Amino acid sequence: MIEARIEPLGDAALLISLGERIDPGLNARAIALADAVRAAQLPGVYDVAPAYASVCVRYEPQAWSDAAGLPHAALGARLAAFVHNAATQPDADGGAAVEIPVCYGGVCGPDLEFVAAHAQLSRDAVIERHAAARYRVAMLGFAPGFPYLLGLDPALQLPRRGNPRTRVPAGSVAIGGAQTGIYPRELPGGWHIIGRTPLRLFEASRDPPALLAPGRQVRFRAIDAGEFAALAR
Amino acid sequence: MNAIDVLAPGLLTSVQDGGRRGHAALGVGCAGAMDPVALRLANLLVGNAPDAAALEMTLRGPRLRVRDATLVALTGAGIEAHCDGAPLPAWRPVLVRAGAELAFGGMRHGARSYLAMAGGVALAPLLGSCSTDLNAGLGGMLLSAGASLACGPSDARTATALRASLASRGPFAAAAWQLDPQPWFEATAARPIRVCTGTHFPQLDNAARRALFATQFLIGVDSNRVGYRLEGASLALREPLELISEGVVPGTLQLPPGGTPIVLMAEAPTSGGYPRIAQVIGVDLPRLAQRRPGDPVRFAETSLDDAQTRYLERERALQRIQRRVTERLHG
Repeated sequence: MIEARIEPLGDAALLISLGERIDPGLNARAIALADAVRAAQLPGVYDVAPAYASVCVRYEPQAWSDAAGLPHAALGARLAAFVHNAATQPDADGGAAVEIPVCYGGVCGPDLEFVAAHAQLSRDAVIERHAAARYRVAMLGFAPGFPYLLGLDPALQLPRRGNPRTRVPAGSVAIGGAQTGIYPRELPGGWHIIGRTPLRLFEASRDPPALLAPGRQVRFRAIDAGEFAALAR
Repeated sequence: MNAIDVLAPGLLTSVQDGGRRGHAALGVGCAGAMDPVALRLANLLVGNAPDAAALEMTLRGPRLRVRDATLVALTGAGIEAHCDGAPLPAWRPVLVRAGAELAFGGMRHGARSYLAMAGGVALAPLLGSCSTDLNAGLGGMLLSAGASLACGPSDARTATALRASLASRGPFAAAAWQLDPQPWFEATAARPIRVCTGTHFPQLDNAARRALFATQFLIGVDSNRVGYRLEGASLALREPLELISEGVVPGTLQLPPGGTPIVLMAEAPTSGGYPRIAQVIGVDLPRLAQRRPGDPVRFAETSLDDAQTRYLERERALQRIQRRVTERLHG
């Protein structure tokens, strides 16, 4: 059985919180719980989204207007049963890893030198470590298709930039704290940009629109500018 | 298929519907109408499904030309509106003649008006919705001069009675009845906006907990469909909180480190890592959406039970209106 707190997020959403840490185990539980709640197709529930260690459940209260108590209490009780029954050790397989080609450094990764200096590593060692790790998508957020990835080599962790950029190019691969992520489109951002992928992380007209989903495994492969140009075409 | 040509877009006019639901796990927010009740009522008045795609006008409306006779309805903020120079009545079905120009001006009160067309705006839905997510650059349509909007097929019965009177005179024929806007739109910013306290409200310091309910905030000039910045008392936590990202929804009051709270609106992101100090209750979110930059806001605390009871009451009232309007349109 997992410890959980179910709290209202206003009168049309409930937040199931499993913890307050960024932790692969908690995240795998949150993703498994979100899948289970979604599969149950509870009345009025129209959106179930996992985050690092929580699940946000949006619902239409009127679907529970015939319940004995108020809708938040009735749905909350049903969700509590899910939490109770959810596996404490979910199958965190995530399927085959999605390979993300990245052109590191140079114009694609203007902060690579800074990250290397901070980590007291060579430029190549940073690339090697970043590309060697296995990552898992903890959640998507910030912008459509933006993946927050777990699994960054601790040697590469560093605080966010003191001065966020107003424009980070689409495809930028960046490090912020203990996380690494990929900007699906041009956005403002305070993470350190170490490279860029030619892949499109989010395309609304594609099915599915997001290249990645919570729980998916990811690895990076270093490519040169020539391959970047070829793949970008 | 009926079409509408955009002569001038107004300040910020976009296609909005009930929102893009069910994709928060991809980081895709809801968007949709800022005042969803006004949207629903406009749609009901022209015989559409309540959440059909319509136009959301902001502060100053567009100029449009209607190619064919079209049944329209105007709700939300009180806006200067003319059809070929004649004042266009709001909160009722109006059949506008072919070729008529609809000219919208400034808003007397409020910030957002809605114009529904029978059949709804016909756009290819994106992830199930025609709403325009301006911040994410997703879906819908932001009106620009020269653009055209197609309307979907409409229920023919709806406009029959009005068509007879249109033939005889004037640029439009309005129904003799209208909805009472009073319960659904308030012209002043005097009444407080009700909130439930949020998860991190207890972590505010004593002064901040008092200030949230005892002082007046002003809606910041840089406010938009994503969120309203609430200028006034700077709110502080008892001690800094390190939070991980969790879900947020429209109405969530977040407190960034600067101390100026932000209330998330229709284009709320799907997650956030700032303390959640309160949540605007569902029935008051459209009221807040009608306030403008510079308008005052006071908050009043209520319970979740009260919030949800009012929400259910509102839905029942809207159901009753839907039945009455449907009878009138088809009767």
